[in-house]
Amino acid sequence: MNLRTLAGILLTLCLALLPLVAGPYWISVCVNVGLYALLGLSLNVILGQAGIFHMGHAAFYAVGAYTTAILNTLYQWPIFAAMPVAGAVAALVAVAVARPIIHLRGDYLLIVTIGIVEIVRIALLNDVGGYTGGSNGIFGIARPNFFGFKIVKTVHFYYLVWGMVAVSILLFYGLWRSRYGRALNYIKEDDVAAEGCGVHVTSYKLSAFVLGAFWAGMAGTLYAAQMTTITPESFNFMESVIIFAVVILSGGSILGVLVSAFLFIGLPELLREFSNARMLIFGLAMMLMMIWRPQGLLPPRPRRYHVADSGSGAGGASAGGAA
Amino acid sequence: MEQFFQQLLNGLAVGGIYALVALGYTMVYGVLKLINFAHGDLFTIGAYLGLTLLVSCNLSGLLGPAAAVLAVFVMVGLLVAILGCLLERTAYRPLRKANRLSAVVSALGASIFFQNAVMLIYGARFYVYPDYLRPDFTVSLFGMAVPGVRLMVIAASVLLMLALWAFIQRTRTGAAIRAVAIDQGAARLMGINVNRVISLVFFIGPGLGGAAGLMVGIYYGQIDFTMGWSYGLKAFTAAILGGIGNIPGAMLGGLLLGVIEALAAGYIAIAWKDAIAFLVLILILIIRPTGILGERTADKL
Repeated sequence: MNLRTLAGILLTLCLALLPLVAGPYWISVCVNVGLYALLGLSLNVILGQAGIFHMGHAAFYAVGAYTTAILNTLYQWPIFAAMPVAGAVAALVAVAVARPIIHLRGDYLLIVTIGIVEIVRIALLNDVGGYTGGSNGIFGIARPNFFGFKIVKTVHFYYLVWGMVAVSILLFYGLWRSRYGRALNYIKEDDVAAEGCGVHVTSYKLSAFVLGAFWAGMAGTLYAAQMTTITPESFNFMESVIIFAVVILSGGSILGVLVSAFLFIGLPELLREFSNARMLIFGLAMMLMMIWRPQGLLPPRPRRYHVADSGSGAGGASAGGAA
Repeated sequence: MEQFFQQLLNGLAVGGIYALVALGYTMVYGVLKLINFAHGDLFTIGAYLGLTLLVSCNLSGLLGPAAAVLAVFVMVGLLVAILGCLLERTAYRPLRKANRLSAVVSALGASIFFQNAVMLIYGARFYVYPDYLRPDFTVSLFGMAVPGVRLMVIAASVLLMLALWAFIQRTRTGAAIRAVAIDQGAARLMGINVNRVISLVFFIGPGLGGAAGLMVGIYYGQIDFTMGWSYGLKAFTAAILGGIGNIPGAMLGGLLLGVIEALAAGYIAIAWKDAIAFLVLILILIIRPTGILGERTADKL
């Protein structure tokens, strides 16, 4: 058992037992951390794995949250029924916006994705189609009902959100290990070589984008259900910046995303006593952390493959990949 | 028709300011391939420093409004330029060899830091530039009454852009900047002090940005500590629109973006003007993926 697995197990245990010792305030902070962990994991597929410069993840988060809110308040859909629909709508929006722009190079894509967040936010603010409630947002979103168990308390949400995080970790770990994940990493390292080896770069990039958006949309559902009120300002550019920074600081590994979500959401809470100066210190910490670890907190381990020894001695025991 | 020309001139004034800020983004990008997200906040600092110098230090009382504005223009430019150099030394130089996006996160951190520093020093409320600093004459142009301040902002930004253009194209130092932008390694072999050139770029860019901040204060009369986000984002959009790394591109992109916004606000809806600006950006990038004047770079194999 290596250090990282041990850290993972310890973290899981701590998280599972946390509500026994923590007060309601810290539990609600941890719910928030969980939401950012979800968003970070979903953006990690796009930014960390495929290397697509995407700084507009809050747009898909917003689409998911608003879809849930509209379905729930106007059509009385239960939250869990709205969840996959919210993901699907976010994914559809992602296809629509990403299809024409996915071929743009690095920084050009960055500003376009920022533009998408702003367009979505302004559209919500201007009450498109009379559904989004303008700057007041939507209120009165129902609490979710899990097979008859009504999720109301913060502790319930804590387990709901972190349960979702656990599911996401399993899924995204499997994805990273798969042929698909390797193809995404290849595109990140060298898209020309990947294309030359028969990886269809555009469709892989697009599918990574859509998958990330789908997951962010579902995270939006959880957010809407927890807050019961959503406004366009919850999904501004700053939100995208935080999600982006979580992924870059993480270094691109799943455990890294979790640690970095704790740092980014937990740190401002720890700095509460500095009141007004807290964001000042937060900005400073962001710079220092990047200077301290430019490669991110926990970059993914090099891939290892145990090739079955055929006896000829030619088959190596392991081959390090480029991750 | 008169409304159209008034909106056009308004757009050119705002666009000139965008262009000045965009130059900072594009020059830094040219030499470092870094998006300096803190640039918008340096612009804010320029606006606040200008107000402090003019009002609290009472320069406008000592020198008279016109001379004071000119003097403060230079002082703000220099002070913000020095801040820009310091920023490069502390936040970006240690990350020069690192992954590009790490430097971007450092820049975002610097942006949050500056924005909150301004808030802590000046408070969260907005500030108003005194009225008497604003030239209040109007000029009659083709039968239209055009506010003089609008023409002066356009003139000042065009003048600064021409000066920069001459500096980059006509001087040895300008040639060094161009050389570093093309190939740092080769420039170093030719005896160019690359670090000095990068510092110089971080001096000129924020200097222009700070001056633009002062211009916004005088033109609109009102400043607040979050304005760096929106102006910075717009200027970055302008730099991309023209083709990032390309100096004439930033000028063109800035002016174009200003005009698009003014016309969208005048003819469509003011609430949608930012969305329309981004929409136009996306459309232009779909047609020209590297911006209007950006060169198509061949991929290295």
